[in-house]
Amino acid sequence: MTNLIRLRDDAPVNDPVADFEACCDQSNATAVRIEPGDDARALLPFLDRLNLVEVNFPAFGDGRGYSAARILREAGFTGEIRAVGDVLVDQVNNMKRCGFDAFAPDAPLDADDLETALNRWPEDYQAAADASTPIWNKRHE
Amino acid sequence: MYSYDQYDQAMVDARVAEFRDQAQRRIDGKLSEDQFKPLRLMNGLYLQLHAYMLRVAIPYGTLNGRQMHALADIADKYDRGYGHFTTRQNIQYNWIKLEDAGDILADLAAVEMHAIQTSGNCIRNISSDHFAGAAQDELVDPRPYAELLRQWSSFHPEFMYLPRKFKIAVIASDTDRAAMRLHDIGIQIVKNEAGELGASFYVGGGMGRTPMIAPNIRSFVPLDQLITYSEACLRVYNRYGRRDNKYKARIKILVHELGAEEYTRQVEEEFAHLLQQGIEPPIAELERIRTFFEDPAFEDGPKTIDRSDPDFALWVDRNTHRHKHDSYVSAVVSLKPVGGIPGDATAEQMHLMAELAEQYSFDELRVMHTQNVVLPHVKIADLHALWTKLDAAGLGTPNLDQIGDIIACPGLDYCSLANARSIPLSQKISERFAANGKQDILGELKLKISGCINACGHHHAGHIGILGVDKKGVENYQLSLGGSEAEDTALGKITGRGFDEAGVIDAVETVTDVYLAQKQGEERFLDTYNRIGMAPFKEALYD
Ligand code: HEM
Ligand code: SF4
Repeated sequence: MTNLIRLRDDAPVNDPVADFEACCDQSNATAVRIEPGDDARALLPFLDRLNLVEVNFPAFGDGRGYSAARILREAGFTGEIRAVGDVLVDQVNNMKRCGFDAFAPDAPLDADDLETALNRWPEDYQAAADASTPIWNKRHE
Repeated sequence: MYSYDQYDQAMVDARVAEFRDQAQRRIDGKLSEDQFKPLRLMNGLYLQLHAYMLRVAIPYGTLNGRQMHALADIADKYDRGYGHFTTRQNIQYNWIKLEDAGDILADLAAVEMHAIQTSGNCIRNISSDHFAGAAQDELVDPRPYAELLRQWSSFHPEFMYLPRKFKIAVIASDTDRAAMRLHDIGIQIVKNEAGELGASFYVGGGMGRTPMIAPNIRSFVPLDQLITYSEACLRVYNRYGRRDNKYKARIKILVHELGAEEYTRQVEEEFAHLLQQGIEPPIAELERIRTFFEDPAFEDGPKTIDRSDPDFALWVDRNTHRHKHDSYVSAVVSLKPVGGIPGDATAEQMHLMAELAEQYSFDELRVMHTQNVVLPHVKIADLHALWTKLDAAGLGTPNLDQIGDIIACPGLDYCSLANARSIPLSQKISERFAANGKQDILGELKLKISGCINACGHHHAGHIGILGVDKKGVENYQLSLGGSEAEDTALGKITGRGFDEAGVIDAVETVTDVYLAQKQGEERFLDTYNRIGMAPFKEALYD
């Protein structure tokens, strides 16, 4: 996984990755990959045993994975959520806001462009899965 | 009206920098056209038949004189000296060079404007009632709620790659001047029995090839849950809206296929979950926004209009709207001169409208979804002076909601999806009805033209609708009757086989003659149609 970018400090999870259906059946999988059509909420009963959820983006224009990541974070999942597939630099900041903390893009991302993209926005208007305080809260602090 | 603080300005400035960077990476070949396309669309840059088009957002249709001046300057500096006001209360420039786009966005940011999310599969500019804050019949000004939704939807990280574009309208009176139920989400601000304000949600309306009127899915959402409820509506759509077929990807199809009840159930479940997440803005933010929309300092003055000049009196009757203060009216600047291009305004006309707003309307203008402009707060005492200046600039056509006040999409003159021309047809129809004098006796008659089934010209919602279809490579037009986008929202019905361009103009005249012959009392065209039905019109057209 040469293209792996991680925004977390722990060691990368290298557990074998089960597919969604296998994960839901097989009680010992610790890593899973979900596709855009899979219901992230079906994973909630197994979150304790999962270290890694890979969310696949077969095409960057399919935005279902953003909701999947947020749902996992809203349920308290603290393991790694890795965006894999057609992951482009102009999408990573939104992915990060939705709870992704690792990226394994098909095509490598330019390090400078990535740095710029992750530091582009001075503020955020709305709440998401990250720790950012929305503008509308800052205005009334 | 709303003005930016340092946060809003910083966000818009960051967006300009981001776009410049993206455009540079496209030029450097780091981004493919496929990768760049959704990025430029989210900044309002569309590729049309002959050039790039730039769509600039006018949030809830409200702008001030300085902003209108800036729009005129952009028309002069980067386009061909004119702009086109659209059915979603925005403005478009049709002849833009890609290399200028970054500079235009920077010019816009300098006057607190932008082109953010005016295209793409994301939440678009929020539209509203063009008489908001002025209309006598409104419960409250709907714009603070639209502004809150603007902030929420801007750069929303979860909803930038929805199945399809997403349009929201907010109104706050029973009279619907925003085609609210023809939006993906239509919100009406209402009062409950306890006297509290809340939002009534209509979800799943739209035009396009499968027009649908949005069902009401919840009659009262408390204001301190407005954003959370909207988020729930969007999340269900983002997860379950169809992505296999672009023509079935709008939320109206999801709501239709699931059924409104099942969609509502899923939204309510998501809503209950999201309420635990603490994503709602503090109610103090809504209060802060409201302070920007307080009434200007209205003064008592003359309440009656001197009608001795008949041309002026006609314009007053047709183009002014009752104001909540009895010494004022809202005045509509028609962008539909006889034979003109609906919604087009030259840079000089925009400068003039800006000056007149500064002088006569507390520095405020509105863009209407019917592609006209409103000066919302004009003193009755100033009305004649205002009209004189408008008339001299070709902006005083007295035809609001008349047959000459046509909505037309860009059609084959600009649009690569078009089957037929819309603009020349609208020009010819307005000329015909001016020449035969019938425009003055037909009363309210909303005619809307789209150049293809995408329905950008709202033809489904026209009292008379015209749709360009392709018939073996020849331009052909279908006629429909009985649509409405007001509070009596209805979709028009097709009369029968189509017509060529000359034929459809004759056909419009034929149906208006049927109306004039059958009309009872004060009936409008639509009332007569609803009473007598399609048959007499069909008979006159085809027998
Ligand atoms: C020339 C460039 C344009 C193109 C290629 C274009 C394309 C489209 C398409 C494909 C749809 C159908 C979307 C769907 O149903 O999912 C649509 C709908 C629509 N467009 Fe355009 N459009 C253009 C210009 C305009 C202009 C100039 C306006 C405003 C005057 C406009 C306003 C609308 C509206 C109001 C709808 C239908 C309402 C709805 O979304 O349900 N469009 N457009
Ligand atoms: S209705 Fe069709 S022809 Fe007209 S602007 Fe829309 S896509 Fe183009």
